[in-house]
Amino acid sequence: MSEPQKTKISVRHLDFFYGSNKALIDINLEMPENQVTAFIGPSGCGKSTLLRVFNRMYSLYPGQRATGEVLLDGENVLAPGMDVNMLRAKIGMVFQKPTPFPMSIYDNIAFGIKLYEKLRKVEMDERVEQALRQAALWEEVKDKLKTSGLGLSGGQQQRLCLARAVAVQPEVILLDEPTSALDPIATLKIEELVSELRNQFTILIVTHNMQQAARVSDYTAFMYIGEMVEFGPTNQLFTNPGKKQTEDYITGRYG
Amino acid sequence: MDKEPHISRRFEDELHEVHALVLAMGGVVEEQVTNAVRALQESDAELAREVIGRDHEVNGYEVRIEEECINILAMRQPAASDLRLVMTLIKTIADLERMGDKASKIADMALAMGHGARNANPAFLRDVSVMADYALNMLRRAMDALARADAEEAIAVAKGDEVLNQEYRSALRRLITYMMEDPRTITPAIDALFIAKAIERIGDHARNICEYVIYLAKGKNVRHLPLDEVEQSIQRK
Repeated sequence: MSEPQKTKISVRHLDFFYGSNKALIDINLEMPENQVTAFIGPSGCGKSTLLRVFNRMYSLYPGQRATGEVLLDGENVLAPGMDVNMLRAKIGMVFQKPTPFPMSIYDNIAFGIKLYEKLRKVEMDERVEQALRQAALWEEVKDKLKTSGLGLSGGQQQRLCLARAVAVQPEVILLDEPTSALDPIATLKIEELVSELRNQFTILIVTHNMQQAARVSDYTAFMYIGEMVEFGPTNQLFTNPGKKQTEDYITGRYG
Repeated sequence: MDKEPHISRRFEDELHEVHALVLAMGGVVEEQVTNAVRALQESDAELAREVIGRDHEVNGYEVRIEEECINILAMRQPAASDLRLVMTLIKTIADLERMGDKASKIADMALAMGHGARNANPAFLRDVSVMADYALNMLRRAMDALARADAEEAIAVAKGDEVLNQEYRSALRRLITYMMEDPRTITPAIDALFIAKAIERIGDHARNICEYVIYLAKGKNVRHLPLDEVEQSIQRK
């Protein structure tokens, strides 16, 4: 371990409600900058819910609310005055199923950039290329940028979504089970990308695949029925977890 | 270990089976050491040959257990205490195999010493018997600690290794005195010295196993740490 890490996101006393149903209970967590934090836990434990709090995805839906604080570089993203559009420019997201827009590969990337910046054609071309290179997709698509993004394979589509997320130069990238619809090789490519992108971004990943969490993350958070059971360095959590619940889950025992 | 069973019954069975194999291997090694020392004490050439002939059995256990552990690592990707158990077993069998080699080495010496001029002075063997009892006790308790993943017992046994080391040093001093007094004792005294050294090494291997058991139970690598420090850090946890 090198020098002490700067905290990028701190979660303090976070509760989350779907209507009257409390889905997250007093979550406290500090996520370091330029590191990969993985969230694991059984279905319904609240890990995806937590991810959707970070960019306030939940506020699209009535009846869902969060209390407590989520500080991004010290600024509370849950504060009523927070500009949600600016927040989502800082915090990008990639979903479980690849979700390319029904437009050309080029436009898939340019679309997001245009929302936040006015660029000349040459600059835009550069940014699109840079994003596609960061997502390790450039070599495969450089000769067919004008064709539809929907024509790509599943793994390529997911990398296109990742390119779209990095194109707007966010600070944090949220990945919600980004490889659960992909084959093992496409999965490895995404994991490899995550390891490279962590130099530039803070990455939070929700995954059902514990081995994936072990492979890609620096820190792992284990959640169970809305509570944060254990959070710590990934190697420690997978070799010598502190809590019995964590142990039972990662070794495949009845909890 | 008080643990819930794995959701996968087969994984549960595989872990139990390999654990049981290691304990069985420990039992064979214990017998080998016991018989080798007895062959020496009673100048029983037949028993010595039996020990030497059985060494392949110990080696066979090592190969089989290692294979099972590799299969578990490859197929099950064990984590946490399961991973620590598999690693502990892999390391333990290497030490058991070495102890088996020492037993057969002692049996070799018993055969060699059964012949005329090398007939051992009973006084030389007295040290060896005391040390052998002690080392065997360490081995037995180390395997018990492994069976129960008992870190406290493991520390107690590991600490005892220092007593055996002291026994070895004083045996060495006594044997040197004999050799200086009468050069004709040099050959049997050196034989006795080799045997004492082999037994002292068996204690070291038992201590190694105890250190793996501490890792298994507490998740802490205590190799090359002073035992008092280990004891304190474990009590803190």
